Amino acid sequence: MRERAGIRDYDWVLLGIALSICAMGVIEIYSATHNSHMPGTPLYTKQLYWLALGAFCMFVISRVDYHRILEQAPILYLIGLIALGLVFAIGQTKMGAKRWLPVLGAFFQVSELVKLIIIIVLARFYSEVRTDRLSLADLLKVAVLTGLPLVLILKQPDLGTAMTLAPVAVVGAFLAGIQWKHAVAILLLVALMLPVGWHFMKPYQRERVQTFLRPEDDPKKSGYQILQSKIAVGAGGFWGKGLGRGSQNQGGFVPVRYSDFILAAMAEETGFIGVLLTLGLYMALLLRLVHNAQRAMDRSGMYLAMGVAAILGFHVLVNAAMVIGYMPVTGIPLPLMSYGGSATLFIFLALGLVMNVRIRRFVN
Amino acid sequence: MSYWFGSDTKLPQTRLAIVSYVIVGLTLLLLVGFWKLQIVDSTRYQDLAQRNRVRNIQLIAPRGRILDREGHVIVDNYPSFSVLLLRDDMKLVNKALPQIADGLHVSMEDLKQQLDAARLLPQYEPIVIKPEASQADIAFIESHKPDLPMIEMVMMHRRKYPSGGFLEGAIGYVGEVSEADIEKSEGRLHPGDMNGKTGLEQQYNEILMGTDGQRRIQVNSVGREVGRLDQIEPVAGKPIQLTIDYDLQVVAENALAGKKGAIVVLDPRNGDILAYVSRPTPDPNDFAVRVSKEEWQRLNSDPDHPMMNRVIQAQLAPGSVFKIIVATAMLETKAIPETFTAFCPGQANFYGRIFHCWEPRGHGTVNLNQAIARSCDVFFYNVGMRIGIDRMSYYATQFGLGKRTGIDLPGEQSGLMPSEEWVKRVYHRPWYPGESISVAVGQGAVITTPLQLAKAIGGIAMGGIFKQPHLLKTSEPVPEYRVNISEDTVEKITQAMLDVVSPGGTAYTAGHIPGVELCGKTGTAQTISAEGMLKAANRGEHKMNAWFVGFAPRRNPEIVVSVLVESTMQHGSEVAAPLAHDIVKAYYEKKAAREKQQLTASIGGATAAGGPLPTPPARASSQPGQPAGPREPKPQTAAGGKPMR
Repeated sequence: MRERAGIRDYDWVLLGIALSICAMGVIEIYSATHNSHMPGTPLYTKQLYWLALGAFCMFVISRVDYHRILEQAPILYLIGLIALGLVFAIGQTKMGAKRWLPVLGAFFQVSELVKLIIIIVLARFYSEVRTDRLSLADLLKVAVLTGLPLVLILKQPDLGTAMTLAPVAVVGAFLAGIQWKHAVAILLLVALMLPVGWHFMKPYQRERVQTFLRPEDDPKKSGYQILQSKIAVGAGGFWGKGLGRGSQNQGGFVPVRYSDFILAAMAEETGFIGVLLTLGLYMALLLRLVHNAQRAMDRSGMYLAMGVAAILGFHVLVNAAMVIGYMPVTGIPLPLMSYGGSATLFIFLALGLVMNVRIRRFVN
Repeated sequence: MSYWFGSDTKLPQTRLAIVSYVIVGLTLLLLVGFWKLQIVDSTRYQDLAQRNRVRNIQLIAPRGRILDREGHVIVDNYPSFSVLLLRDDMKLVNKALPQIADGLHVSMEDLKQQLDAARLLPQYEPIVIKPEASQADIAFIESHKPDLPMIEMVMMHRRKYPSGGFLEGAIGYVGEVSEADIEKSEGRLHPGDMNGKTGLEQQYNEILMGTDGQRRIQVNSVGREVGRLDQIEPVAGKPIQLTIDYDLQVVAENALAGKKGAIVVLDPRNGDILAYVSRPTPDPNDFAVRVSKEEWQRLNSDPDHPMMNRVIQAQLAPGSVFKIIVATAMLETKAIPETFTAFCPGQANFYGRIFHCWEPRGHGTVNLNQAIARSCDVFFYNVGMRIGIDRMSYYATQFGLGKRTGIDLPGEQSGLMPSEEWVKRVYHRPWYPGESISVAVGQGAVITTPLQLAKAIGGIAMGGIFKQPHLLKTSEPVPEYRVNISEDTVEKITQAMLDVVSPGGTAYTAGHIPGVELCGKTGTAQTISAEGMLKAANRGEHKMNAWFVGFAPRRNPEIVVSVLVESTMQHGSEVAAPLAHDIVKAYYEKKAAREKQQLTASIGGATAAGGPLPTPPARASSQPGQPAGPREPKPQTAAGGKPMR
């Protein structure tokens, strides 16, 4: 085992792909907001600050051996639950949901931190299974570990973020060797739970689902968002209208065009070519994460990398599908592209974990 | 060393590979989704994006003004604001409807009705919900722009008609285009546009109506204008100049004020209509915006028929005015000698039936001239019986009775001139000779419009030249036709008509103007039988129509006046002739004033030039290109020019 990992051991390809996506994001954030008169620092500048901070954090987290981080999993888990509890106590309400905690004068979305913690906690749990057959007891433990923070986030309420925790558990379970009968049973259970879940949904969540199922019923609200997003995407055509020239984007028809619907803005201004490039980059990013998992020193490293891949992949899938009207509006941003401080920080920390796994791959 | 040192190093490579395939698969799936939107359906979405972004604003072209023959403005425009409702989002519209109804002071039912009526129009076309916004409405709309984005205002040019129905019968009015009009126009007309509904507004709609322009603006998601794409300027409608003489029209309007009837004044030399009055009449300014259903029904069920354009639509018995046509027929056909006389004891017996003369005391023995001047019925009963219906019908038809005059107004009626052929065709029976007796005094089946009588009498006075009456001033030759009438006949008829307005004539007291050779004929037509008349009189109803049709001067007439006063108990000599008198007097006064002014101006101009007027020939021949002898013009020019030095 080498004592210190060198500069060359970092995954520069992964970083290159990630920064390329970030660059496209910053450009599109600029294009989408440059003519709106928001006070203060422009969003794209802010995003650049976040990226710089994220890159720094990525470097820091990559220097600490991930095994040491995994050792602290129970404590991290506890911190995560407490933070979620604090959100209810002193959290800031924005747009009808309590998601924000003040830290160092800024507001952080605690759920982003919890995503990271869940990756770590589940990586530790799965790596301790040590067989290739996941027992029912193990599955129940995974369900409890994931379910606790998930329900807390759901209560904020933030259905979208809560859902992003699930893929970490699902992908982990698949790699850990879930049994077919259990998989089928879980699927059936989820199907049965849907009506119950409906009962517990907030009115706006039900509305979103209803709109998704019958968009023509409500053309001004969520249905309107989806429709305008689709119009933007479709109007882009093959070559796009050019940066800063998309009427749907510049006219403000695309909802939250610098964040959740940034892909719609992108699709309008850069066309199918731009979408091909963007989704291609995401695919490369995800494959690169899998690549790192395949070369991890041990299973715990693999689970960390795959946890990150699961969450990012889920984000991309749900967001892109929403933009073209294949999924309801859930408020899940496009990782690395959408504007957002906490989300950007989380992704870079997650990538830091993968780097961490990467630079220690030659051990043994 | 840590607990982790012993972590399993054998990785589930197959499953990791499966995850890779899933990633590629899902990416392709997403790309297919984008492909469908961006490549397959792109045109549709581009169209939708365009519709989102671009809003068309109608720029309404002002309608052409209407001027009198001297250029006075009779009909003008004024700017006004219309309230538009954008129906892109019906859910939002329905929600905001009560607020809109309240703010604009219109009833909910009215709004709903309008929305219902516009149901079939394309949704992106806004509808006019209030045509004339008040100051309060404008303030309401301005202050509610953020929460009522579906309400907008558009500037329109509205018609400003002279008040009190001045010249209404001729001008007509404009109204909002109907759905049928819009369909027929092939995109030229839009909801809320105005076009002429009656009168000259309808007749010359194509000239008066301009072409609307359009401004395409770019809007953002909240409907705010963020840029102007292009603009097609509206083309204003062209003005039309009428033959109407404003001053004479004022006199005619005043003459008929408070009465029911019609006046038309024309110049028989060219068919120019100088004045045109039909009373009662609605004020077209009430229609310029939008007529309520109740008002429309009231106007159409009014027993006085204000919607009837009496000059060309009132078809009434011409009464004794028709005697001029009979007299002309008598003199022209020579069916009976022109020296024919009849004794009038106040009544006569034909075929065992008593026919009364309007003068119960009788006229004694009268010849043609006296019979016209004093309007003896018995004389004309005899003439009618002797010359027969076909001769009367032939000349009446020649003079334009029973036919449309061809005036440039929609809705003209033809009247009716009965004949043997007509009764056979319509009633399948022979003509009864007794009917000729009634027709000879303008009763019976013969009916005419005031304009027809003006044209007929004017044409006879012109010696048989009948010019088509018209309202649009034109320099082109006016359609005309000629009827052979001997000079002798014209002389005798015009003399008799002059005698009508001379001492002993029926219209002397009411119509005589010193220094003016006003010729004319009075007429009084009963609309019901003598017995019915008595009953009607007892009920206080007036059931006589009084006529006076006259011209001046006797030779080379310049002006023909046809006056009809309906539902009166007075005779044409008492109620219609004075009106004609006023108009002809005003005409001559204006003419005299103009001549005096011209004279003053010419003398003034000549004095200023320092010498006598250059004679017109000298002027004309001084022009180049004159085909006169080369030597001739020179000395004349010199002669004209000499005194100036």
